[in-house]
Amino acid sequence: MDAKDILGLPKNSLPIPQEKKSRPPKDSQRKPDGISREVYALTGGLAPLMPAIDSSQLKKQPPKDEKITWQWLPFTNSARKDTLQLYHWVRVVNGVPPTGDYSFAKYNKSVDIVKYTDEEYEKYLNDPGWTKEETDQLFDLCQRFDLRFIVIADRFSSSRTVEELKDRYYSVCRAIVGARAPALGDISGNPLVKEPYNVSQEIERKRALSMVLSQTKHQERKDAEVLAEAKRITESRMAAKVAEESELPVPSNAGPESAERASFPGDTVSPSSNVQLPFATIASSALTADNASTLASLRMLRVYLRTYALDQMVQAASSSAGLRTIKRVEQTLQELGVNLKPRVPTKSVCAEHLELRKEILTLLNLQKQLQYKEAEGSSFRDGSYADTPSTPKRSNRGGDQDRTFVPDMSFGGERVGKRDQKRKAPGRLSEAPSSPAQSKRPRKLKASDL
Amino acid sequence: MSHSHLTISARKQGEYQSDDGASAPKQPRLKFGKSAEDTDKKGANRRLKDVEICVPIVYGTIAFYLGRKASESQSHKWTVYVRGATNEDLGVVIKRVVFQLHPSFNNPTRVVESPPFELSECGWGEFEIAISLFFHSDVCDKQVDLYHHLKLYPEDESGPQSTKKPVVMESYNEIVFPDPSENFLARVQNHPAVIVPRLPAGFNLPDPVPIENLHEKEKGDTKDHPHSQWFMNFSEADELLKLAAARQQVQAHIIKLRRQLSMMDGLPQLSKLPTGYEFT
Repeated sequence: MDAKDILGLPKNSLPIPQEKKSRPPKDSQRKPDGISREVYALTGGLAPLMPAIDSSQLKKQPPKDEKITWQWLPFTNSARKDTLQLYHWVRVVNGVPPTGDYSFAKYNKSVDIVKYTDEEYEKYLNDPGWTKEETDQLFDLCQRFDLRFIVIADRFSSSRTVEELKDRYYSVCRAIVGARAPALGDISGNPLVKEPYNVSQEIERKRALSMVLSQTKHQERKDAEVLAEAKRITESRMAAKVAEESELPVPSNAGPESAERASFPGDTVSPSSNVQLPFATIASSALTADNASTLASLRMLRVYLRTYALDQMVQAASSSAGLRTIKRVEQTLQELGVNLKPRVPTKSVCAEHLELRKEILTLLNLQKQLQYKEAEGSSFRDGSYADTPSTPKRSNRGGDQDRTFVPDMSFGGERVGKRDQKRKAPGRLSEAPSSPAQSKRPRKLKASDL
Repeated sequence: MSHSHLTISARKQGEYQSDDGASAPKQPRLKFGKSAEDTDKKGANRRLKDVEICVPIVYGTIAFYLGRKASESQSHKWTVYVRGATNEDLGVVIKRVVFQLHPSFNNPTRVVESPPFELSECGWGEFEIAISLFFHSDVCDKQVDLYHHLKLYPEDESGPQSTKKPVVMESYNEIVFPDPSENFLARVQNHPAVIVPRLPAGFNLPDPVPIENLHEKEKGDTKDHPHSQWFMNFSEADELLKLAAARQQVQAHIIKLRRQLSMMDGLPQLSKLPTGYEFT
C-alpha cells in the first residue's frame, strides 16, 4: 500500500482486504494433530466422523510380560449346521489359546417365520388366488432368504410380483396371529393387525416414487414453480381473509378501489365493450385484491421500513406477471430514467413509484394485445374471404370479427374488394410502431417515441 | 410531577371511556383498535388504527483516510451512525442502537444507549455492518434491522487519498408504525423528528406519560454535528418530479395504444379512459 502511494500508482485495493480477512479462519481448520499433513490430506482434508483408533494407541507397545505366538489351529462355527472343522491362525497368549465361539458366529441372524400346520391352512389360510404348494414354497423361500422379497420373487417358480408375494405373506401371518391369539385384545398392538399391507397403495407408491426419481431437471423446476405459485395463492387468500376481518382502510384509500369495482360490472354489460376492457378490469380487480391483502399484512406488523413496504406492494402488483414481464418493467423504468429502488423512499415517492410500475404493466399488456390483434388480423386477411359472406356468424374468433363484418354483410359479395381496403386502412393510418407480420415482440418504449 | 400527570390522564380518559377493560369500544366512530397486549393498566396503551407514525432516518458511514498517521491495520477512521433525516433528535423514538461489527474487532457488538446514535472506529477493511434499532417500550417491542456496507475507498482511485475529504455513504429510509399506542402518539405529536398525520377533529389525546431515561438534557440532534457538513441531502422533490414525468409519458403512450386498438376493432374512438387511470 505504501509502495504504491510512493509511486503515485492507482490502487486496486478493494478486493484484497476481503481476501485477507477470509483467509485466516480457513487456515486454522486445516491443522491436523497426531498424523502428518500428507496423511491427513489423503482422507480428503476432512477428519473421519468417528475416530477409528485413538491416536495415542498408535504408539502403544504391547505389554512386556505377555508371550505372544501365532498358531495354526482348527475351529468350529456354531452358526453352521454341520460339523465342518476349518483351520485358521490364532493369537496364543502365554500358551493359552483363546476360548469362546467363532467371533463371527453372532452375525448369523435370521428372521422368525411363522410356521403353520396343514390343519391351520385348511381352516384359515385358504385363498382362491394361491395354492397350498405355492404358499408353502413362498414360506420356505422366506425362511431361507430372511424375507428379502426381491430375491424371493426372483426364485419363485411362477412369476408373481413382489407386491403379490408380500400381500400373501402378510395376510397369512395376520390370519395365523389372529387365529392363535386367545383374545382379540392381545394382538391389537401387533403391527400386522394395526397396519395391514395394502397392495394397491404399495403399487401406487412405488410407481409414484419411480416417477419422481426419473423426473428430468426441467420437470423438477416446473414442479417447484407450481408449488411456489400455489403457496403464494394460498397465502394471498389467507391474507385476503384477514383483510376482510380487519377494518377497511380510511375512505381516501377505498375510493378508487370501490370505483373500479363499480365500473367493472357496468363495463361488461354494455354491448360496445371491447375485448380489452374486461381484460383490463379483470387485471385491475385482481390487483386491488392483492394490494388490499398486502396492506393488511403490513398493518399486522408493529413496525416496518418504507422500503420493505414498497417491495411487498411491488411484488403484489406483479404477482400475475411472469419473470420476463417484470424484467421488461424494470428495463422501461431504466429507460425513463427512474431508479429501480427510489433513492428517497418517502411515502409519496413510494406511492408514485408503485403507480408508475402498475401503469407500465398496463402499457406492456396493451402492447401485447395490440400485437396479438395485428397478428390475428393479418393471418385472417391472408385467409380466404370468399367464404365469409356465407358465414355471417362466426363467433370463434372473438367479438371484433363479428363487428367488422356485420356492417359489410348487408352490401353483399361485390364489396369484397372494398372490405379488404376498409380493413387495411385502419392499419395504415394508425401509428403502429412496426408492421404486424414481422414483429416478434412489442417494441420497447423509448423516451424518443413520445 | 409525573404522578399528577397520571391522575390527570386517568381523569381525561374517564371522560370518554367508561371501562378500560371493555373489549368493545363504546364509540364506533373513533377507530380504536384493541391489541392483545391491552391487558395493561393504562388505557394510554390503546392502539390507534389508521394513524401512521413515520420516522424518516438516514443511516450510513463516513470514513477519513489517516494519511501520515495511517498504519497497516489502521488506515482509516470511520463513523457509522443513524440520524434523523432532518437531523432532529431520534432519542424520542429510539431507545438504543446496536452496531454489529466484523468479528475481527474487539467486542464486535457495540451498543449505543443514547443519541446521537453513532460509533467511531479505526480500521483498514470494508465489511457489512448490521444496525439494529430498539425502540422505547411504548413504541414497539420489535427491533428493526438495517445493513450497511462500510465504504473506505473512494470511487475514483486516481491519485492518493485525501485526509480532508471523507468517503460518505448514506441511505434514506422511513420507519413506519402503522398502529401506534396513544401514549406514543401523545408523546411525539409535535416532535420535529416524527411525522404524524393530522388527527380527526375533536380527537383528544391524554397527556403523555414520559419515558424513563429519556435523555432530555444532552443534545441528541445532529444539527451541529462535526460531520454535518458532509451529510447528504435527501429531497423527495427531484424524485417526485422524475416519477411524475415518467408517469405522464407512460399514460400518453397508453392512450395512443388504446386508440389504436379501438380503431382496429372498427369502433368509434373511446373518448374517455376507463376509471382507475386518472391523470395526476
